[in-house]
Amino acid sequence: MRSKVVLARLVRNRQARYGSIALLLLVLLAYVGPFFGQYEWTDKDFMAFLSPPSADHWWGTTTIGQDMYAITLRGMQKSIIIGLLTALIATTLAAIVGAFAGYFGGWVDRVLMWGVDLLLVLPSFLIIAIVSPRLKNASWLWFVVLLAVFAWMITSRVVRSMTLSLREREYVQAARYMGIPQWKIIFRHVVPNLSSLLIIDATLNVSGAVIGEAALSFFGFGIQPPDVSLGTLIAEGARNATGYPWLFVFPSGMLVALVLSINLIGDGLRDALDPGSNT
Amino acid sequence: MSPILEVNDLTVTFPGGIQAVRGVSYQVSRGEVLGIVGESGSGKSVTSLAVMGLLPKNAVISGSVRLHGRELLGMDEDELVRVRGKAISMIFQDPLSAFTPVYTIGDQLAEAVRIHQKVGKDKAFKRAIELLDLVGIPHPTVRAKAFPHEFSGGMRQRAMIAMAIANDPDLLICDEPTTALDVTIQAQILDVLKTAQRETGAGIVMITHDLGVIAGMADRVLVMYAGRPVEEGRVDDIYYRPRMPYTMGLLASIPRVDGAEGPLVPIEGAPPSPKNLPPGCPFAPRCPMRIDACEQEEPPLVTIGDGRHVACIRSREIEHKNLSSTDVYPVPVIPPSDIQRVPREQRAKVLELDNLVRHYPLMKGAVFKRRVGTVHAVDGISFDIVEGETLALVGESGCGKTTTLQQIMQLEPPQDGRIVVLGKDSAKLDKASRKALRRDLQIVFQDPMAALDPRMPVGDIVAEPLRAHGQKNVSAKVVELLELVGLAAEHAERYPQHFSGGQRQRIGIARALALEPKVLVLDEPVSALDVSIQAGVINLLEELKNRLGLSYLFVAHDLAVVRHLADRVAVMYLGRIAEIGTVENVYDRPAHPYTQALLSAIPLPDPEMERTRKRIILEGDLPSPADPPSGCRFRTRCPKFARLSEHERRRCVEEEPVVIKLANAVDHGAACHYAEEIEVIPASDDLEEK
Repeated sequence: MRSKVVLARLVRNRQARYGSIALLLLVLLAYVGPFFGQYEWTDKDFMAFLSPPSADHWWGTTTIGQDMYAITLRGMQKSIIIGLLTALIATTLAAIVGAFAGYFGGWVDRVLMWGVDLLLVLPSFLIIAIVSPRLKNASWLWFVVLLAVFAWMITSRVVRSMTLSLREREYVQAARYMGIPQWKIIFRHVVPNLSSLLIIDATLNVSGAVIGEAALSFFGFGIQPPDVSLGTLIAEGARNATGYPWLFVFPSGMLVALVLSINLIGDGLRDALDPGSNT
Repeated sequence: MSPILEVNDLTVTFPGGIQAVRGVSYQVSRGEVLGIVGESGSGKSVTSLAVMGLLPKNAVISGSVRLHGRELLGMDEDELVRVRGKAISMIFQDPLSAFTPVYTIGDQLAEAVRIHQKVGKDKAFKRAIELLDLVGIPHPTVRAKAFPHEFSGGMRQRAMIAMAIANDPDLLICDEPTTALDVTIQAQILDVLKTAQRETGAGIVMITHDLGVIAGMADRVLVMYAGRPVEEGRVDDIYYRPRMPYTMGLLASIPRVDGAEGPLVPIEGAPPSPKNLPPGCPFAPRCPMRIDACEQEEPPLVTIGDGRHVACIRSREIEHKNLSSTDVYPVPVIPPSDIQRVPREQRAKVLELDNLVRHYPLMKGAVFKRRVGTVHAVDGISFDIVEGETLALVGESGCGKTTTLQQIMQLEPPQDGRIVVLGKDSAKLDKASRKALRRDLQIVFQDPMAALDPRMPVGDIVAEPLRAHGQKNVSAKVVELLELVGLAAEHAERYPQHFSGGQRQRIGIARALALEPKVLVLDEPVSALDVSIQAGVINLLEELKNRLGLSYLFVAHDLAVVRHLADRVAVMYLGRIAEIGTVENVYDRPAHPYTQALLSAIPLPDPEMERTRKRIILEGDLPSPADPPSGCRFRTRCPKFARLSEHERRRCVEEEPVVIKLANAVDHGAACHYAEEIEVIPASDDLEEK
C-alpha cells in the first residue's frame, strides 16, 4: 500500500518528473553521446591545442589536444556512478547505524557510536592514502566504497539523536506491542520518518563525492590519468578558467546539471514521502 | 451598571483567508462571570487574545473592544502595556510555559506588581508573599523563593492566578485554566478563582470546553461554533432550555458522573474548516433539524427573551414545541450482548493481576551513576477482568496507571507478583507463545495523532498487525475493519493527518481490532477528543464490546466517561488500589475518602446541582512516589484522617491498609481502616422531582 501510494504521488510530482527526465538525458548523453562525436576520448588532435569550441571540436580541446566533448562525457560516465553510489552507500550506512544505535541504546549504541567517533577522529585522508596503493589494480568501485566509508558519520549521529525521540512515539510502542520484530520496526517506522533528512543528505553527498574524488585524484589516488572523471577535469580546468573557459565551463556545467537533477528528484521524493505536502 | 468590557462585532482574519472569529459581541459587568464554550477551533481563544491585543501582527482585526468605554483596538503598544496586567489580566492554560524558568516565583510576582505600581522592591516582594498566601500556597515566605520548576502543576496555576490579580484587575480572562490539571487540583483552582473574584470584584471571562466547569462558575454563557456565537444566555437557560441544536447536542453528548444510563448522543461529522465555510449556517451539515433554508444564508444572532440570543432559524419552533435534545437527535441503539446475562463468577477470567510491583531506581550522577532512591510506581496491585467485562482503572496523573498498562502490554516477567493473560502467566512465556498471546491483547492509545505513523497510509496501518502475524491477503480485511469503525474503504489510501481527531481514534481502534483480540487495553482513548466527537467514539467502543464479546481494561482520569463505559472500577492512588468494585457501588456509595473526594471534585454539567453541591476539597498535591508516606499513603491529604482521634490516627500512620471487601456489598472493597460509605453525587432523579 505505502509503496503504491508513494509511487503514485511521485509520478504526480512535477519536480520529480523533470528531475528524472534531466537525469535520464544526462545518463544518455554520457553513454550514447560519445558515438555521435568525431573523436574518441583517447584521441589527440595535434593540429588543435587549446582551440575554442568549433564545428570540428564541439566543446573545444585541451592543452594536449584532447576533444573536450569526448573526455567530458567519459568523465561523466565515471562521476555519475561514483556520485550516486557513494551517496547511496553513505546515506544508507548513516541511516542504519544511527537508527540501530538510537533505537536499541545500551551497549549496541555504545559500540556503534564508539566506531563512529573513531572514524570521525581518524584522518580519513591518511587512511585512504594508506589503503589505495593496495587497491591500485582492483576495480575502481573499491574507491567508491572508500569514499563512502568516510562520508556518513556526522549524519549517523544526527539520525541517532532523532531516533532517540522517535522510539518513544506511541506508534513505535504500538508496533512493539503488536509483536513486530525490532529490525522491522526500525525499517518500517523509524527510517521513513527520517526520510526528509536522509534525502537531503543523499543529494548533498552526490556533489560532495564528485568533488571529493577529484581532490583525491589530484594526490594520485582514485581515477588516474589517462582516465578522467568530472572531478579531475574540473580541477584541471579551474586553473585556466579565465583564459580558456571551455576547459572549465563544460565539465562544471555537467556537474551542476547532474546535481540539479538529483536535487529535483530528491525534493520530489521527499514531497511524495511526506504526507504533509500538498502535491 | 455599565459593563467593564464591551466587545462589538469582533472579527479576526488570518492570512490565507482564515476567518477565525466572525462577529463576536459580548459584555462583562463587574463581578460577573461569562463562560465561553466551544470545541477546539471555534475561535474562543483567538477572541480573548484579540481582546488582550496579543495576536500576531499579520492578523486583521475589526470591530470594537471597549474597556470602561475606552477603545482598545488600534491603541498603540505603549498605552496597551499599561492596560494589560493592570486592568485586564489573563490566566493561561499551561502554567509551566507562562513563567520564566530562571527567576523565582516571588521575583516574577514582584515584577508584575512593580510594573504597574510605584513601590519599592521590598514592598513589592512582601505583596508577592501576600498574594501567594491568598491563593493558598503553604509557607508563602519560603515558596516565594522557589523557582517555577519546583512547583507542581496546581501550585503553578495558583501562582499564575496570584500574578493575574496582583494589580487588582477589573477583568480576568481565563483561557482553559484547569484543562491541564487533575480533577482534585481543578476543584482547588476553581475554588481559588472564586476567592480571587471575591477579593477583587473583577469580571471574569472563562473560556473552556468543559461544560461542567462552566456550569459551576458562570453567570452567563456564550456558545461558539465556527468563529461565531450561536447561543447566549443565562447559565440556567442554556443548560435547561437550549434553543440551538448545537448547544443541545453538546449537552447531550457529555457523559455524566451522576450516571444517566443509555447511549450518549453524538453529533455527527466534524466542525467545518475555517478556510472554507459552508455558505449557510456552519452547523447545518451536522444538524439533525436542517432544512433547505439553513443552507442558503447564515442565520443572524437574534434576541429572544431577556438577554438571550440565538442564531438558528428554527429556534422559535424549538421553543414552541419545547423540544429537548432527545427529540432532536436520534438516540443511537446499542445492541446488548449475551455474555452480560451470565453471572460474573461463571465467566472465564481473561486478565488477572496479582500483587503486581514495578519500582524504578532513581539514579544520580553523569559518569558514575548511583542509586539515590526508588520510585514506587506500582506497589502491589491486584485485580481481574472476566470475559465481556470492562474494568476501569482511574486515578490522577502519577498514580501508576500507565505503568500498570505497560507492564501488562510488555508481557515480560514482572518484578514481583503475577500477570496472567487468558490463563497464561507472563513469567512463563517463551518468545513464540508471547507473540501468539499478543494477538489476543491489543491496545488503543490516548493521543490519536502520536499513535499512528504519520508516514504510513491508513490501509497499511490497519494491515500492520495482520501482516505481523503472517496473514497474506489483507486488503479485504482492511476494508471490513474500516467499515466496522465507521470509515469508508477509500480512506485506506490516505495518511492519518487527513483525518480529524475522532476519525484517527477510530483508525487506532480498527488497528487494535484487526487480530480479533479478546482483551483490549484502552489508554485514555477519548481524553484528547472534543466532547461532540468523544460521544461517538464511546458509543463505538460500547457497541464493539457487545458485538465482538471483548473485554476492556480502560484507563482514564475522567470519571464521567468511566461511569458510562465501565462495569467495574478500580481507583488508584500512589501505586496502590484505594477502592475497587462495581460502578454502581463505587459511584453511589464510595467508601474510601480518596474516592469520595475524587467524585465530589468532578464538576457536573448542571448549574442547579453545582450550586447546591458540597465539595470535599483535598489539600495539597500528590506526594512524590519516590517517597510515599508511611502506613496509609493517602493520610497526608485525607480529610477523614484530620477528623480522627490521636489513637485512631496511629493505625493510619503505622499500618498500610489493604483492600478489604465491605461487609454488606457483593463486589465492593476499599483500602481504608475506617471505610465508611457515603453519597457524594446527588442523584439526578432527585432534582427532577423538585
